[in-house]
Amino acid sequence: MGASSTLLMVSHGHCLLCFSCLVTLIAHFESHLKPFLFFLSISLSLSFRRLSVSVLMGLRLPSKVLEHIISFIDANEDRNSVSLVCKSWFETERRTRRKVFVGNCYAVTPAAVARRFPKMRSLTLKGKPHFADYNLVPDGWGGYAWPWIEAMAAKTPSLEEVRLKRMVVTDECLEKIAASFKDFKVLVLTSCEGFSTDGLAAIAATCRNLRELELRECIVEDLGGDWLSYFPETLTSLVSLDFSCLDSEVKLSDLERLVSRSPNLKSLKLNRAVALDGLESLLRRAPQLVELGTGSFSDDLDQEALSKLAKAFAALKQLKCLSGLWDVLPEYIPLLYSVCPRLTSLNLSYATVQMPDLVDLLSRCSKLQKLWVMDLIEDKGLKAVASCCKELRELRVFPSGADLDETDVALTEQGLVSVSEGCPKLESVLYFCVQFTNTALVTIARNRPNFRCFRLCVMEPFAPDYRTQKPLDEGFKAIVERCKDLQRLSVSGLLTDKAFEYIGKHAKKLGMLSVAFAGDSDLMLHHLLSGCESLKKLEIRDCPFGDAALLENAAKLETMRSLWMSSCFVSFDACKILSQKMPRLNVEVIDEHPPETRPESSPVERIYIYRTVAGPRLDMPEFVWTIHKTPEIGVSNLAIKHCCGRFTFHTLYLISILFPLRC
Amino acid sequence: MITELEMGKGESELELGLGLSLGGGTAAKIGKPGGGGAWGERGRLLTAKDFPSVGSKRAADSASHAGASPPRSSQVVGWPPIGSHRMNSLVNNQATKSAREEEEAGKKIVKDDETKDVTKKVNGKVQVGFIKVNMDGVAIGRKVDLSAHSSYENLAQTLEDMFFRTNPGTIGLTGQFTKPLRLLDGSSEFVLTYEDKEGDWMLVGDVPWRMFITSVKRLRVMKTSEANGLAARLQEPKERQRNQPV
Repeated sequence: MGASSTLLMVSHGHCLLCFSCLVTLIAHFESHLKPFLFFLSISLSLSFRRLSVSVLMGLRLPSKVLEHIISFIDANEDRNSVSLVCKSWFETERRTRRKVFVGNCYAVTPAAVARRFPKMRSLTLKGKPHFADYNLVPDGWGGYAWPWIEAMAAKTPSLEEVRLKRMVVTDECLEKIAASFKDFKVLVLTSCEGFSTDGLAAIAATCRNLRELELRECIVEDLGGDWLSYFPETLTSLVSLDFSCLDSEVKLSDLERLVSRSPNLKSLKLNRAVALDGLESLLRRAPQLVELGTGSFSDDLDQEALSKLAKAFAALKQLKCLSGLWDVLPEYIPLLYSVCPRLTSLNLSYATVQMPDLVDLLSRCSKLQKLWVMDLIEDKGLKAVASCCKELRELRVFPSGADLDETDVALTEQGLVSVSEGCPKLESVLYFCVQFTNTALVTIARNRPNFRCFRLCVMEPFAPDYRTQKPLDEGFKAIVERCKDLQRLSVSGLLTDKAFEYIGKHAKKLGMLSVAFAGDSDLMLHHLLSGCESLKKLEIRDCPFGDAALLENAAKLETMRSLWMSSCFVSFDACKILSQKMPRLNVEVIDEHPPETRPESSPVERIYIYRTVAGPRLDMPEFVWTIHKTPEIGVSNLAIKHCCGRFTFHTLYLISILFPLRC
Repeated sequence: MITELEMGKGESELELGLGLSLGGGTAAKIGKPGGGGAWGERGRLLTAKDFPSVGSKRAADSASHAGASPPRSSQVVGWPPIGSHRMNSLVNNQATKSAREEEEAGKKIVKDDETKDVTKKVNGKVQVGFIKVNMDGVAIGRKVDLSAHSSYENLAQTLEDMFFRTNPGTIGLTGQFTKPLRLLDGSSEFVLTYEDKEGDWMLVGDVPWRMFITSVKRLRVMKTSEANGLAARLQEPKERQRNQPV
């Protein structure tokens, strides 16, 4: 068979999807499979992004063949595209998807997800909006993991991995996971709360094949360090353990024994309570570690203990990531020198190390790709980073003083400018600084057009360019103009509507934007919603915009994951109208005061709007209001056809147009 | 058809006050008293004028954050955007630093062992930071930064500001505006209670301040009538923590 291209045109005259050598490739199945799939997935994704649909007409691939092909496709974005091609591709794809990602736990019901993906092995869920990290979402708002765990326990008991972010996880959830999923391997909880160390004990005791247990920045009711002793002696499969957010001391001997019997342990992140003398014995038992989070680094050690610890560090030949280092004393920093040349990731954001010591340390880290540090590094330190760490891809600089009005720290915009000059691979920045200038932003943009993530937090709200007293509009304009691939942006400082006009005009790939204390009027929101084509998440606080822009751009909201607004001028009336007009959006008003107690045109405290096929949620606390809770509006005209919940959101439009649905 | 609503900007009667946000740190008052019941009362969006320019030294010391000074960037809720774990860590560093400074200055500190603990080895046990505050009859809880306070009076003042002065629409509390609340002396309708590390609920004020801040887990503003037999009231608030969806 010749290598002729096969063009398939859809009978309805939609766009083309070109398959080269389709038949040939299938005949020569194994050898040509990978290029075919690569090509297939690329063309599908390209087709989809041009909002075109291609249908495979007349070419029926045996389902086993199709299944085999699709099983090679890993990325969920590609799989979502595949599922749009036609009904049989949808069916085949859903039966082979193992890793399921749900970006908003209220966008779809657990039952629908369980039904759609029976072979699910890994579930990743996100709950509360991002601003919950900063105490802007009241306790009790929602984000409960229980309904998901319950549904999966019943429908997909072969689930092995659960990753949750910003959700409420109770001890019952953890016990249910331990009891229901026989081959459970991975539990990663990020910024979660609601559970205690008792729940951890249940996981430790019951999950025979546990590989990863990671608690990242969770709020845990700490009932003591006993939970660690519940890992049975037969458990030898541990690859990653992170309990850095817990307070209580675990028994060192339990930890030592656990580490000793875990030959595959690659990542170990201790909590602050693990003292320095304990660290040495742990490192000695796990020289194969790739990631290490130390405990407190400040005990008084004698000379012998110090040299033993130095030896233990030197033995970590595979170590790439280092974190922890709470309270590290300057005289202990040389202990780390031996691992520096191999480090790709260093988190010093909890280490109160002064600039000279930081420079000594960082100048040895030539392979560093990710650096998290406090502003104690100062401009001088960042200059050193710029000259030594040429592989740097991500930089985060956090403030070191809780009392943020201390302006005696020598970190200014110059630090970031140096790094942008010296580090050609820099693509992700989070920078806290007291004040900034437009010139600096323009320079940074010119140096680093490859930014994917740029988050600048000028800590003084409404701070203008401190040299010219002008707003920072021009600076951020340079950023969005130059950085064509910018996916995430946080703006701050004094900004007028013009800044948002620039963002709307240029930031075409922007997926997530955070705004605080900015803008002059509704125009700001209008620019963003009408301009930013790829916008998925928008979070805004304390900005003076109101109802008009929101209502005018209502359709845009269905193309986004979510919109958060707090302390703005949106009225309850507008929320009602929006909710009536857009049944596939949940418009949640988070406000202490019931709607009846004030005029409908008065502003509400917080709004959270998100698209959903699950309808209104049933677990709202008393301070969350949606249209369904207001008697005078009623529910009848807002009933959502539940069959639509079977499909992903993208497919909703397209498949409903092309194929009759079986509801 | 979308009905044309008035632009928020033009509608100058309705503006937001800071007090409606969740409380964290001391509640910032923007110069307008919270008095009056109707929702239509003017508050104000924070503007640049509310934040004294960068670099000017504050009159208030770190020792006392009592509410007289204008809102600082650190007093605005959720600003700067730093996660709570990190915030607590910063706050602890601050506490360690000031405790060390105090000792160096030779000031008298209540318990000597406590200072030794705090200055040399921060073993993670002195975790002072944001703790939750709930009040009977108020749906949304608050969080308050204990380390930003130096005494019971300080704390009581903050809580009064948080719950009573800045919620003009809160049902049932409109009568409380004009008089100071006096949460601590038992003379008002409410008392301040706390849950300690052992899970017992106690009246605030009995132990020295420093001992209090190391043992408090959360606070509750309780009706005086319900505070009788305090030791007996335990499980109900705890139960509310177990979030069971409907």
